[in-house]
Amino acid sequence: MQEYANQIHRCFRCGYCTFPTDYSYFNCPSYRRFRFESYSTGGRLWLTYAWVKGEIEWSEHLAEILYSCTTCKNCVEQCPMKFASDIVEWIVGARSDMVEKSKIPLEVGRFFEAVQVYGNPLKLPGSERGAWADGTKRYESGDEYLFYVGCLGSYDENGQRMARSLAELLKEAEISFGILGSEEKCCGNEVYMLGEMGLFQLLAEKNIQKFKEHGVRKIVTLSPHAYNAMKNNYLKFGADFEVYHYTQLLYDLAKKNTIKFSQNQAKVTYQDPCFLGRYNKIYDEPRQILQGIPGIELVEMERNREDSFCCGGGSGNFVMDLLAGGEESPGRVRVREAYETGADTLAVACPSCMIMFMDAAKEEGLEDRLSIKDVAQIVKESLLLEQTT
Amino acid sequence: MLGLKFDKTKCSDCKPVSCLVKCQYMDLDRDRARIEWQKIVNGEDSFVLEACTTCYACEEYCPLGNHPFYLIVERQEEKGILPSPRPIITMWINQCEPVGRFMVGMVQEKALSFCFLPAFNLLVGGKLFEDIAWSSIFGQEFFCNAVYLHYARMSVIKERLPRIIENIEKQGIKELVCLHDECYGTFTSLAPAYGIEVPFKPVHYYEYLYDKLKEYKDVIKQLNVKVAYQRNCSVRLAPDTDHFVDDIFGLIGVDRVEREYDRENALCCAEVIRMAKGYELADDLQKRNIDDMVKAGADYCVFNCPACWDSLAEKVARRGIKPIHMIEICKLAIGEKPALEV
Amino acid sequence: MSDIYEALVEIVGKDYVSNQKEERYFYGRDPGLMKPHEPDYVVMPRTTEEIQEIVRLANKEKTPVVPKGAGLSLTGLVIPQKGGIVLDMKRMERILELNEKARYVIVEGGTTHGVLKSYLQKHYPSLRHSMPDSPPIATVVANAVIHGQGRLTQQRGFNSDMVSGLEVVLPTGEICRIGSCSVSPYWFSKGPPLPDLTGLFLGWFGTTGIITKLGLKLYPCKKIRDVMLFLTDRAELVPDIMLKLGHTEMMEDIVVSTQPIPLRFKGNFFILVFMTGDSDEEIEFKRKMAWDTLWEYFDSRDGGFVSITPDMKTPMMAMPSKDTTRFADVRKGGGFEYSGPIAPVEKYPDFVKKLEELASNYNLSYASAARVIDGGHCMMFSFSYTFNRADPDEMDRAKKALDEAAEFSLDQGGVIWKPNIDEQKMMMARMDPNTLRLMGKIKELLDPNGIMNPGNWEAK
Ligand SMILES: Cc1cc2nc3c(=O)[nH]c(=O)nc-3n(C[C@H](O)[C@H](O)[C@H](O)COP(=O)(O)OP(=O)(O)OC[C@H]3O[C@@H](n4cnc5c(N)ncnc54)[C@H](O)[C@@H]3O)c2cc1C
Ligand code: SF4
Ligand code: SF4
Ligand code: SF4
Ligand code: SF4
Repeated sequence: MQEYANQIHRCFRCGYCTFPTDYSYFNCPSYRRFRFESYSTGGRLWLTYAWVKGEIEWSEHLAEILYSCTTCKNCVEQCPMKFASDIVEWIVGARSDMVEKSKIPLEVGRFFEAVQVYGNPLKLPGSERGAWADGTKRYESGDEYLFYVGCLGSYDENGQRMARSLAELLKEAEISFGILGSEEKCCGNEVYMLGEMGLFQLLAEKNIQKFKEHGVRKIVTLSPHAYNAMKNNYLKFGADFEVYHYTQLLYDLAKKNTIKFSQNQAKVTYQDPCFLGRYNKIYDEPRQILQGIPGIELVEMERNREDSFCCGGGSGNFVMDLLAGGEESPGRVRVREAYETGADTLAVACPSCMIMFMDAAKEEGLEDRLSIKDVAQIVKESLLLEQTT
Repeated sequence: MLGLKFDKTKCSDCKPVSCLVKCQYMDLDRDRARIEWQKIVNGEDSFVLEACTTCYACEEYCPLGNHPFYLIVERQEEKGILPSPRPIITMWINQCEPVGRFMVGMVQEKALSFCFLPAFNLLVGGKLFEDIAWSSIFGQEFFCNAVYLHYARMSVIKERLPRIIENIEKQGIKELVCLHDECYGTFTSLAPAYGIEVPFKPVHYYEYLYDKLKEYKDVIKQLNVKVAYQRNCSVRLAPDTDHFVDDIFGLIGVDRVEREYDRENALCCAEVIRMAKGYELADDLQKRNIDDMVKAGADYCVFNCPACWDSLAEKVARRGIKPIHMIEICKLAIGEKPALEV
Repeated sequence: MSDIYEALVEIVGKDYVSNQKEERYFYGRDPGLMKPHEPDYVVMPRTTEEIQEIVRLANKEKTPVVPKGAGLSLTGLVIPQKGGIVLDMKRMERILELNEKARYVIVEGGTTHGVLKSYLQKHYPSLRHSMPDSPPIATVVANAVIHGQGRLTQQRGFNSDMVSGLEVVLPTGEICRIGSCSVSPYWFSKGPPLPDLTGLFLGWFGTTGIITKLGLKLYPCKKIRDVMLFLTDRAELVPDIMLKLGHTEMMEDIVVSTQPIPLRFKGNFFILVFMTGDSDEEIEFKRKMAWDTLWEYFDSRDGGFVSITPDMKTPMMAMPSKDTTRFADVRKGGGFEYSGPIAPVEKYPDFVKKLEELASNYNLSYASAARVIDGGHCMMFSFSYTFNRADPDEMDRAKKALDEAAEFSLDQGGVIWKPNIDEQKMMMARMDPNTLRLMGKIKELLDPNGIMNPGNWEAK
């Protein structure tokens, strides 16, 4: 099973992976936050190898180092070696080894437990999963899309705002869709990245089964994390659905003129979510939606697209926040960068980015100067009035 | 050892000695040409063997198909003449050596040959290749090896070509659409000249494009542009395919400008000549060629060969002419975007 | 918790000190083949004052201090041979000042080459520095400390020759300025017209002090860069080719490489000739100069310029060259190290012979890149061997090959660049005894307690 163990020695600890393409500054969120080389990709790989070889014992600190990676894939993008595309899989493999040996940080254990017991990492009752959605109908067979909302969209206050915006937009565009409400379960993307393969399989199988029961053919997700899991990691468990991220859908609607925009004066910068950008190469659609809105000026942060800097929320950190604390926590770094562009709005396309940045903006004292909105909300606010009944 | 099917008597009866008289790099009248050519035929030394730029053109000039250029290559090798510096020849021989790395797509009976040119990964796409894009072969194992004509290494061709042909046959290919016309020339001219059997049908990609375009007749948008055609060295091995250029241009509304350096009088991209003879001749050829394109008022320069693209595209673009590969101008005509840019 | 730990926390804050196994493990080794030895503490200072305090503490406690950049010199120079404190300098990462008219930049002790390159490109596109081919996290200061070489070395000498001033924390804790900046606000000269005291710190591997600021000369960055590739299959021609190209005084950089795989490289020496220009005409002229200067080899068919396609060109032109790093994993083993003698260019053919001989004796994959220094006064020749980190036997063989290469290059009159502790000993054994004594005196004077990177340059 653990393919990583006989590959991981290949890392040269050269540090290319800590940078973006132009080497302007460190771009591995975990290295940037902690600054010991042990927290860089190379550090993690070398320490994991040392553990595999038995040169060091497992320790809480070792596990912390391994788990402070947000699986953002900057390293995958930058490592010059042939194995580059495997790096995150190696890290995930090592984590799954630790999971199997029950040697994981406390927070990670709690995360798994919550998902197991509650079906979400936030420990909120499954029955309330659809509570945000008043008025949004349940999925019935024959509906074109299943709107998969995800844990943050279902439970987090800001996530819910995103989910509502999207649901309303879809209604206005007369898309036939429905949600699963209390029947929905965690997508398992984080569980996978944290290395709990058994639990991931269980979640994937249950979700696939449920989707099939309902006759689902097409899925649109709020979260890029769910999009990634369903699009790429569900396949081996028999998924055969078409999966879309909502920005793809909105892009399509805008292109076909199904939704039309009025003026919306704003200077907007856009955060590429790792699971949309580096994982699935979707960079243009969200930007084109925003640029299609009259009045919106899109400005780029210095590091964008393949070089985007992670919000710090990946791999369960939107709950555990192992990279929190201090000015150099990724979320804070990134809102500062967004603010420096002169933008008044930081657009996100991911509920994890949303909650990380909401907190970070508060800590940076930027909450009044930089509003954080997701693409769906911006689109909704920009609709031609005749459409918004 | 495989031998060149060369008919001495054709040459002794030949009046025009076009092979050398038409040569763009040597200024020989008929008498002188006949003398030098007879030396070559008889295996004697001739300055021609040193002066030859390996432009392939005499293969086209010979009206009797007697393969003068192949004979030149044979003679150069026999005499140890190095048309290019030795290390360059070594590099070429090494880098294309078949080493058992079969790079194949989902090959069917009809397949595309990408030769050993990665550019085709970009060029092949869209509606024109819808059904066939994945049925492809690439790399050393399928490389036609004709390039060694430039390097006086017919021996390498004779040794490798039969293996290559076998490799292709083993893929179960019955019809091979050659995207690089050097491959096409190899299978239709070079192989037969040495009696090497080709157990599949080579198809020039021009013919393929022409047929495809006819299928898309309804969506073709007349381009109404003037193009200069960059006719490359390997066309000389199979000049009979040249009419497809006009046929395709006819379908898509393209005007192949009349210019000095097209058709039989075409100038090659000069990159091999640069390595062989130095920069002065190469720079001069490229300049004359591009000046000629400009003078003829071309909007586009259409390339047949990706190697010509590498040496000329940027230079052409700097003179205000858009470089485009033949595949891509066809894409343009059916409303698709070109993939290869400078 | 030990007193030293608490004291370090007091100085830099607890987020920036570790005495945990994981950091000690990682900072106890480098990517090369020298034996690991763990530090007791890893500390990441942010200011010169913090460093001062750390040094004072170390003197009091008689504990070693080892400054570290990215640890990429590969020869174990940052492995704390006697334990103690490793100072990871990379939080001292700022670019403090750039003087456009006097063409220098002042960086901190841990600023990386990558960040400096990016900064210049963005803010001062007409200025550049001599970028080495080490991964971009390599630090500017450490690279000067080991007398590195970069893209401008062919024209301007070692990267350390381009230093224009230093601020140093002496082993006894005083802050000291070196060069024009010791008497003037400007950092334009590392010594002249004063006594050049940078010699007390550059080349010393941190044994004489910790550099906290460094002035670096910047040079014109022309609008266009280009590269040509000349091949020859005769090693004996390489020295003259290097010198002839150097003679033109027009080439940015000249690097000769040889390696048996991939097959395309076999049997030839690849001579990369870089050039820069502000216009196409300038490039064109230099291109012709390169041709003309090597015409005799072209004429004799012993060498020639190969046309390079745009996709071959991109990786050749990259700064730093990623291909150099990729060599570590060509055989999926994740490791390589090189012995890099600095020697007269005429040694090239002998070195190549030895390179191949060692590879075959020890059954190793090899490569070599030789960079011309300062128009041809000497070259850096690398004996590079890959090894598989999961194969102790191969690591052992690679180490032996490197040891032999070092011995050989010394015998040939070369001087070993960034020597590991064993190679330092080899050189000191051959050194003029009075020179050695002078080195000893300097060390004793500057570092009476012997706390600075002990094990290195132990000149007795
Ligand atoms: C793939 C590859 C390619 C390379 N190519 C090149 C090349 O082209 N040119 C080249 O020059 N090198 C090259 N190198 C070697 C090396 O990586 C570089 O020279 C690099 O700049 C060293 O910097 P570092 O920060 O890694 O130094 P380190 O290894 O961290 O330190 C080197 C020495 O400097 C000392 N030191 C560090 N910081 C200070 C300080 N602030 N004050 C005092 N002493 C200090 C250390 O104690 C040590 O003795 C290459 C290495 C690799 C792996
Ligand atoms: S993961 Fe790749 S880029 Fe990062 S240190 Fe290892 S080899 Fe270098
Ligand atoms: S995935 Fe991101 S956080 Fe993890 S090691 Fe790579 S760059 Fe760092
Ligand atoms: S090769 Fe052809 S053109 Fe030349 S002499 Fe012979 S027959 Fe005539
Ligand atoms: S190949 Fe070209 S240069 Fe050589 S003889 Fe024939 S026509 Fe002349």
